[in-house]
Amino acid sequence: MAVNELVAQSVVKEFSHKKKSFLALDHINLNIGEHEFVSLLGPSGCGKSTLLRLVAGLDKVSEGQILLRDQEISKPGRDRGVVFQQYSLLPWLHAWENVAFALKKDKTKSKQEKKELAFHFLELVGLKGFEDAYPSQMSGGMQQRVAIARALVYKPNLLLMDEPFGALDAQTRKEMQDLVLKVFTEARSSVLFVTHDVDEAIYLSDRVYVMSAKPGRIAKEIKIDLPKPRDWNVQLSEEFLKYKREILVELQSQKK
Amino acid sequence: MGKLRLISASGILLVFGAWAIVTYSGLVDALFLPTPTQVLLEAKKQLDDGTLFLDIEMSFYRILMGFLLSTIFALPIGVLMGTSKYWNAFWEPLVGFIRYMPAVAFIPLSILWFGTSDLQKFFIIFLGVFFQAVIMIADNCKTVKKSVVEVGLTLGLNKFEIIKDIIFRAALPSIWDTLRTIWGWAWTYLVVAELVAASSGLGFRIMQAQRYLSTETIILGILVIGILGLVTDLLFSYLAKIMFPWREREKISN
Ligand SMILES: Nc1ncnc2c1ncn2[C@@H]1O[C@H](COP(=O)(O)OP(=O)(O)OP(=O)(O)O)[C@@H](O)[C@H]1O
Ligand SMILES: [Mg+2]
Repeated sequence: MAVNELVAQSVVKEFSHKKKSFLALDHINLNIGEHEFVSLLGPSGCGKSTLLRLVAGLDKVSEGQILLRDQEISKPGRDRGVVFQQYSLLPWLHAWENVAFALKKDKTKSKQEKKELAFHFLELVGLKGFEDAYPSQMSGGMQQRVAIARALVYKPNLLLMDEPFGALDAQTRKEMQDLVLKVFTEARSSVLFVTHDVDEAIYLSDRVYVMSAKPGRIAKEIKIDLPKPRDWNVQLSEEFLKYKREILVELQSQKK
Repeated sequence: MGKLRLISASGILLVFGAWAIVTYSGLVDALFLPTPTQVLLEAKKQLDDGTLFLDIEMSFYRILMGFLLSTIFALPIGVLMGTSKYWNAFWEPLVGFIRYMPAVAFIPLSILWFGTSDLQKFFIIFLGVFFQAVIMIADNCKTVKKSVVEVGLTLGLNKFEIIKDIIFRAALPSIWDTLRTIWGWAWTYLVVAELVAASSGLGFRIMQAQRYLSTETIILGILVIGILGLVTDLLFSYLAKIMFPWREREKISN
């Protein structure tokens, strides 16, 4: 039996506002295995970000529990890295300092090593030459790539990414997908990846949870048995299209 | 840019022009409002005998001390208030109450306590600006975006590091603006304190001039205070540009 990095058991999240309460997540069960890449796919407002924030430890569950390596999550920590849906750089730091900021708590590396690592990861996300730019001088897509570099640089066991490529153009998006595939096969972290792009979910994942909205539920779980490593060719294969059809049918059925 | 400068200059010129017209034409009695020439002559006299610089030095020293004293205490307390609900609960009612007590009304008491010494000036400035500064700095910290704080949390920073490396850093430009505002208020309180009880300083000079009805000295004093205020204000915004280069572009694009 494979080791589980993360297990969510009957997780309920309710938001209350002035005596009115809103059920955002309704008894969510999911798990992420060691080194596994899992995607959450679903329509806008189905609670993907909410679930991710619970796993990140930024919000508390209303009911149920989330276990990270058998430990209940109580607060954020460096064992989980987060790429937020909106830009989340520190505006007063240069691009490379934003990346190096993630290594602040790392006492084993010298300042110089941290800087080199930051430069290396910026190059990896295609931002060579922009090391000294301030976030305000970068486009939305560039800022998001810095945020990805920041999440990669300290190698957390579990990476949480909330629609990280939403702001990127199609070409950059493809490049970043391949980069993520490459880096994660190397770093062997587990990933919880939020997206509403069906192709992206299938292409990147070992498993996809399809969610439905109002209230947020897991509607379907699909194991993606495409050989790894993958390249873009796989997106034209029969199996890929079979998965795509399955997911689209599920999403379509929710509209009724 | 050049156009804007021209507009700024024309505003000032307009006021001075009006002043020149009403005084030189004799429309207003020189006893009530002196001509620019009289004020310039007075300035030359005070420059020659050194009183002007001595007054400026005296007043500047007092205001600087009062300002620094207020800032040194207001900064940590304000930041703590803006970041911890316990500190906030303790300080907010207290500070909120005291800041509405008029500092000026404390002048008689302050003279009783400190005489007419510099300490008394520091005290009045402190009383006038410290509590305002605390509230404003706390607000500067409270308005830091939650999202940058959450970045710090997910990177494993502890509470102290969140305050020091995230909230304080993020709030610094607005805290700087607060200090700039506070500095302006400190001037007012200083002059008020000097008007009532002092034997030197710009406020004292104005007060003394009133006794002899030498309006040119009064106008000179007011102008000098205005110019000093303007210069320090420009210094504040110049330093902000150097300290917060990352803020520039955001401002332009907004
Ligand atoms: N702090 C909050 N208070 C109240 N309601 C909230 C809060 N956060 C989220 N919600 C509600 O919970 C639901 C799920 O929101 P969430 O942001 O998780 O959706 P999402 O799946 O990430 O959508 P998107 O794809 O648009 O990002 C929404 O209806 C939202 O209004
Ligand atoms: Mg979302």
